[in-house]
Amino acid sequence: MTTNRRGFLKGSAALGAGAMLAGSGLTEWARAWAQGAQWKPEAGAKLQLLRWKRFVQSEEDAFMKLVEAFTKATGVPVSVINESLDDVQPKASVAANTNQGPDLFWGLYSLPHLFPEKCMDVTDVADYLGKKYGGWMDSAKAYGTSKGKWIAIPVGYNANIINYRQSMIEAAGHKTFPGDLGGFMDLMKNLKAKGTPGGFALGRASGDGNAWVHWALWAHGGNLVDKNDKVIINSPETLKALEYVKELSTHFAPGTASWNDAFNNKAFLAGEISVTNNGVSIYAAAKAGADKDAKLKEIAADMNHANWPVGPVGRPTEFHICYPMLGMRYSKFPNAVKAFLAFTMEAQNYNPWLEGAVAYLSHPLNAYDANKVWTSDPKLTLCKDAGRRTLLAGHLGSVGEKAASALADFLILDMFAAVCAGSSSPKDAIAVAERQARRIYR
Amino acid sequence: MSDAAISAPMPRVFERSWAQRMTDRNMLGFWFMLPAAAFLILFLVYPLGLGIWLSFTDARIGRGGVFVGLENYEWILGDSKFQLAVFNTLFYTFVASVLKFAIGLYLAILLNNHLPFKAFIRAIILVPFIVPTVLSAIAFWWIFDPQFSVLSWGLRKWGLISGNIDFLGDPWNARLSVIFANVWRGVPFIAITLLAGLQTVSPSLYEAATLDGASKWQMFRHVTYPILTPIIAVVMTFSVLFTFTDFQLIKVLTNGGPAGTTELMATMSYNTAILGGRIGEGAAISTAMIPFLLGAIMISWFGLQRRKWQQGSDNND
Repeated sequence: MTTNRRGFLKGSAALGAGAMLAGSGLTEWARAWAQGAQWKPEAGAKLQLLRWKRFVQSEEDAFMKLVEAFTKATGVPVSVINESLDDVQPKASVAANTNQGPDLFWGLYSLPHLFPEKCMDVTDVADYLGKKYGGWMDSAKAYGTSKGKWIAIPVGYNANIINYRQSMIEAAGHKTFPGDLGGFMDLMKNLKAKGTPGGFALGRASGDGNAWVHWALWAHGGNLVDKNDKVIINSPETLKALEYVKELSTHFAPGTASWNDAFNNKAFLAGEISVTNNGVSIYAAAKAGADKDAKLKEIAADMNHANWPVGPVGRPTEFHICYPMLGMRYSKFPNAVKAFLAFTMEAQNYNPWLEGAVAYLSHPLNAYDANKVWTSDPKLTLCKDAGRRTLLAGHLGSVGEKAASALADFLILDMFAAVCAGSSSPKDAIAVAERQARRIYR
Repeated sequence: MSDAAISAPMPRVFERSWAQRMTDRNMLGFWFMLPAAAFLILFLVYPLGLGIWLSFTDARIGRGGVFVGLENYEWILGDSKFQLAVFNTLFYTFVASVLKFAIGLYLAILLNNHLPFKAFIRAIILVPFIVPTVLSAIAFWWIFDPQFSVLSWGLRKWGLISGNIDFLGDPWNARLSVIFANVWRGVPFIAITLLAGLQTVSPSLYEAATLDGASKWQMFRHVTYPILTPIIAVVMTFSVLFTFTDFQLIKVLTNGGPAGTTELMATMSYNTAILGGRIGEGAAISTAMIPFLLGAIMISWFGLQRRKWQQGSDNND
């Protein structure tokens, strides 16, 4: 066995990429893994994976390295297609409907729950990984399973957290980012008065927009549906949430009503806003450009991240993005798909990947708390718990296709946006949302 | 007896059948039409029929639905978000089409004059039409940006405004901004098509009108306009259809926001069916567009076209 591996390594040393991988020891381990793994790829198997286009270059680099190691170890070529985040879901939906397309999709939120019966049963992979790596976090179980079966492997979360400028919040009278709603309102008011306002997306921003309005709704105890998927949006708590956000939005930078997911990044990096919500990609971009741009260097040094303030419900009500990876049942190579999913999450692969993502991704398996990215930079440490702190799409209700529909229709986001724009009273906006919710949850 | 009477001509029918059918003028016409008809049925009638059928089912992604009758229509018709999308679509189509027609006709008349660098200018006019919609939408995205808009910046530098204009954040600003982008894109198509029409007008008609002492306006009203009417009808039918079914501009610029104030029926259908997974309901929203589209076609067909042109006679009668 050892001789074989050495023989292989000698042969591949001539190849540049092979030599690089051999240098890191990944190929040797990967080959041993492939030989011992319970999923043996079918003869002649090849895989196609469609993923969202990376936001952090080093994350993609690390991911492609593990893909390459998988191919070297198993002989299964994997072609990776990159699509913009918003395009993954429609492409996966069309593939599911026509029973042809990529073998694997890497999408977001409850994507597998849009077509659970089209997803490969990967319970054996999830059980194997869960046992080996300290168990799955609860939210990962909820996103990954349907009717007791695992239909996807949640490979990570994107923590959607507060991004703020330390110097500016200090000038506005807050040494640290406030942890309660009153403090948050006071901070936003003072920031506006100082000429350094913050801003949160009220346009149809599927990531940042949905994340922050759901936080606001849940922080006040409002909910779209109860645990039986009965629509309960029309409640005094929802009304309070709307009134709070309406007042909060008067302290925003102008133009947030049209912001999509990219606008707040641009505005923050241009120094136009002091507070917003985002992943850690603003920080990553500021650090990446710091060498060439003094302004970015200053922003990288001055900015920090915070968890969302806690509302009257008394516990975190954050809404982080879950990234599930799923195999399609129409794939001709189910064993290769399972082997790939398992391989991806093994410590030898997942740890470098997590480090490459510099906290843009957070882990769903408890054992990865020990990854060094969580101690390397104190500004990133809070992303470690994204999987534990997040509430689910649908929150109290099911995480399935109805929750995905409500998100796709921007039901909650539009309700808040209409009130903040003044085009609708809180009560009217609730009535519109309630009717829309009843249509989705009928 | 009666059996014999019926069966008697039968052999003759069969005798003439194949060879004659291949050479008979009417049958030949049928054969020549067949490839085109097959194309239309495959790519037009079938998807349309499927869409209408799906609108009566509760189909979801990856799962064929069962027939639910008018349930999808009942739900969407009673939904104020859908009503808003219908209003937006009608407003968008009407205002953009009127503006595109007015500006397009004006440009066509200008370009019909003898200008220096005529060919070059005519080519330049087409640029907005040539640029892929998504690219021009991204350009407008920057032009309408709430923080970095070049328009706001320019106006601020000139001291005309104090703060940035909220192009896409205010409901009415957003509607007008997306209409502006659509008009910018659509004018060249109308201008160039009408220009082609203008060039078919015989100069002798203008000479005759000049001799009769007609003013410029009278020449336009009584010579140019009547001759141009059939082309206007065709070009405006196309323009209205394209505008009514617009998708890309809205998807990139506002994605239907803020709070659905720029949502069109096409974007709503996509969000519902493909992103939300409710194919039946999305199909119902698309199908609800058909009566409006038919209405638009009828108006331009019967309202704008001259009967005799429709019937195939020429304009010199």
